[in-house]
Amino acid sequence: MIKEREIVVPGECLAEGLDYLPGENTYREGDKIFAKVLGLTGISGRVLKITALSGPYVPRVEDKIIAKVIDITMNGWRMSTGTAYSAMLNVKDATTRFVNRDEDLSKILAIGDYVVVMISKVTSQNLIDLYMKDPGLHKISGGRLIKINCQKVPRVIGKQGSMITLIKDKTGCNITIGQNGIVWIKGEPDKELLAEKAIKFIADNSHQEGLTDKMQAFLGGADHGLQ
Amino acid sequence: MAYNKRVDGRKLDQLRPMEAKAGIIPNADGSAFFKIGKTIAYAAVYGPRELYPKFLQDPKKGIIRCHYSMMPFSGSGERIRPGGNRRSQEISMVMDAALAPVIDLSAFPNAVVDVFVDLPQTDAGTRCAAISAAAIALADAGIPMKDLISSVAVGQVDGTVVADLCYDEEAYDAIVSDIPVAMTHNTQEITLLQMDGEISKADLIKALELAQKATGEIYQLQVKALKEKYSGAKNDYQ
Repeated sequence: MIKEREIVVPGECLAEGLDYLPGENTYREGDKIFAKVLGLTGISGRVLKITALSGPYVPRVEDKIIAKVIDITMNGWRMSTGTAYSAMLNVKDATTRFVNRDEDLSKILAIGDYVVVMISKVTSQNLIDLYMKDPGLHKISGGRLIKINCQKVPRVIGKQGSMITLIKDKTGCNITIGQNGIVWIKGEPDKELLAEKAIKFIADNSHQEGLTDKMQAFLGGADHGLQ
Repeated sequence: MAYNKRVDGRKLDQLRPMEAKAGIIPNADGSAFFKIGKTIAYAAVYGPRELYPKFLQDPKKGIIRCHYSMMPFSGSGERIRPGGNRRSQEISMVMDAALAPVIDLSAFPNAVVDVFVDLPQTDAGTRCAAISAAAIALADAGIPMKDLISSVAVGQVDGTVVADLCYDEEAYDAIVSDIPVAMTHNTQEITLLQMDGEISKADLIKALELAQKATGEIYQLQVKALKEKYSGAKNDYQ
């Protein structure tokens, strides 16, 4: 039987017997439960799960992501999501204003633009539909985009957004994190750089505990150097 | 004269000194370094990503595509022409087949996971080193896997069954056989088995038993490499 918050590799046995149930990223074979990815173990009640430390983004409905326009079609835009699958944003899901039938869609979103969007539908073949009409969903202008592994996103956000609020407060930057691992930072240039360093630090050390305290010290310190 | 003392002084079942590291190429989704004796392999994993040409796509699951490549001056002989050739094509294909059974890409239809393995220096056992490195890199990339694959060559030199042949043993002036083997750890299933040369049935069985033990050693090192990546604090910020 494995302990909590331990690093396991794929194929490592987590528990024997039928007392436990296989959760996320695990599988059962015979009376043993094995890990399916490299990650940290978690036990909640009788369920064993693995929190992956790296890995590809799997699109899910209601995820907020940052996507890039890669093509314009008859009725919308094709977007790159930073995964193996591109997504569609329909005109009617992009803007509330009336769009004429022969209007040039590149006036609204041009190829190469980045947008903050919500996933509205995912099929079994990972065809993705997007939505951009809710508050907080918009085209991106200015600032900088960085990419982190999507599995680190929950860590960067923190419990009830504690970590990201801390970084926002200390740097005064506007930060939007897409579930696909693309992060948009906008603020004063030197503060943007500081926020970027902070986010990369969290992403690289996500397997450690007590990160919020370290972050507090990092952002509060005068020289902004990581000890 | 029987072969009872190995050219490099190892015991019959002893592997060459090994070293492994995970996550060495920052731009790759997963990467690994694997060294066994004088053979060095670097593996980098990219994906899952879009697969083209489209006819290769499988709408039921993602596929894995390996690219094996020996670098120009990696061998001890002449310069090797870089890029693909018949040999690298075959090895890439057997690597696909060796790794595919443990990889679960059912969540990524139509996509591909690319594995690039480069060998800057070689001294026999390259496909085994490549597979062992690729397995670490795939795990490091967070690809769902049922198990790890560990690979090593075994064989027979002049009637003596040995593990992990070096080039001098492969080229030994007698009857020699070289058998690269790849195995899953939990179920001990063979996912790669090739052979060069001649071997008796009894020796083959002995060699495969030896391979079981030898791949176990490789597995321990692979696990260590993966766990070491997350052992300490990272702090390389410019």
